[in-house]
Amino acid sequence: MSAVTPKGVLVNPIFKNNPIALQILGICSALAVTTSMSVSLVMALAVIAVTAFSNLFVSTIRHHIPSSIRIIVQMTIIASLVIVVDQVLKAYAYDMSKQLSVFVGLIITNCIVMGRAEAFAMQNGPGLSFLDGIGNGMGYGVILLIVSFFRELLGAGSVFGFTILHTVNDGGWYVPNGLLLLPPSAFFIIGLFIWLLRSLNPEQIETNEFVIRKNSMPKEAV
Amino acid sequence: MEHYLSLFVASVFVENMALAFFLGMCTFLAVSKKVSSAIGLGIAVVVVLTVTVPVNNLVLTYLLEEGALTWTGIEGAENIDLSFLGLLSYIGVIAALVQIMEMFLDKYVPALYNALGVFLPLITVNCAILGGVLFMVERNYTFGESVVYGAGAGVGWALAITALAGIREKLKYSDVPAGLQGLGITFITVGLMSLGFMSFSGIQL
Repeated sequence: MSAVTPKGVLVNPIFKNNPIALQILGICSALAVTTSMSVSLVMALAVIAVTAFSNLFVSTIRHHIPSSIRIIVQMTIIASLVIVVDQVLKAYAYDMSKQLSVFVGLIITNCIVMGRAEAFAMQNGPGLSFLDGIGNGMGYGVILLIVSFFRELLGAGSVFGFTILHTVNDGGWYVPNGLLLLPPSAFFIIGLFIWLLRSLNPEQIETNEFVIRKNSMPKEAV
Repeated sequence: MEHYLSLFVASVFVENMALAFFLGMCTFLAVSKKVSSAIGLGIAVVVVLTVTVPVNNLVLTYLLEEGALTWTGIEGAENIDLSFLGLLSYIGVIAALVQIMEMFLDKYVPALYNALGVFLPLITVNCAILGGVLFMVERNYTFGESVVYGAGAGVGWALAITALAGIREKLKYSDVPAGLQGLGITFITVGLMSLGFMSFSGIQL
């Protein structure tokens, strides 16, 4: 993340510097909407739109925001954008907005949006900030889709609502794993995903506060 | 009375904010390293939720809902529907209340203010608070119900974060695989806790 290039700003957050897996931002909603892929796709698009435009607007007026009230200004911009997204969803995809229920509203408190506005848009120009918003939104969306892919495939035997594994209820062979449709499975999948990511990039491993001492040899103990 | 009691129990255990709806996860994971700070944040969340949910309920009933402005007596006021301004007003109310509460505690209860410290301002962006308000709106709670729901949701969240902090304090001394260290194992622990809390589902009083 040394040089700020448009491509780096767009691509880095997706895998190298993923907001969910590495910065623990925005997990709140990431878990609740991942039971089916289509719902998480809509959620991801909503977050991409809000992050991108809030970054754009915050960055455009960044020289005019007094720093003492910047949080409330950012909050107002984000809340207005979320209202727009919410109204659009209600108008064009009513069933979807019913399924997402309160979680569209909760984009306001999604730390990714606020975090990017504060950390990136306040220092960089509008164009770059817009790309950064899209990049971080996509980083969020990728995790959302990965988690929901496993949950929907193994929990209901389908992907985007199309049946892949024929479940026993429909006369097929696959016994769906009901646990994956319940809340705890989302935690397990993200936990395992973080394990995988960190095993691939060892420099991201957190250091242990306490190192377990090796057992002393029997002859030393005597 | 019984209705309120069952609502309280349901919001603490069955519909636990953190473990069933994943709300307030960011702070839930970040501030659960020590039991003492977890308790501090937990109390702050209980207080803020108990105040903001009923206040937002009033805002909704007397300002935003369709026909809510009838009491002003302005002509045509019964046709005004401001509910699309909901999100903006709720977050504004929450931010303002947290600020007021901070000043109030600083002046009159300095001991509690010092104990809560940095946690109070953090709470504005805690999704558990906005989540509680939005659930209240979606389920059409009355004023009385919203007080009980706010308190119950807060207590449930505080309970969950304190329990997680207790587990994490013990976990520090265990031998966890390198890649799972820290965040990864915390997620899996929360998953197991959430599994435990699922056994409460279906409880009716």
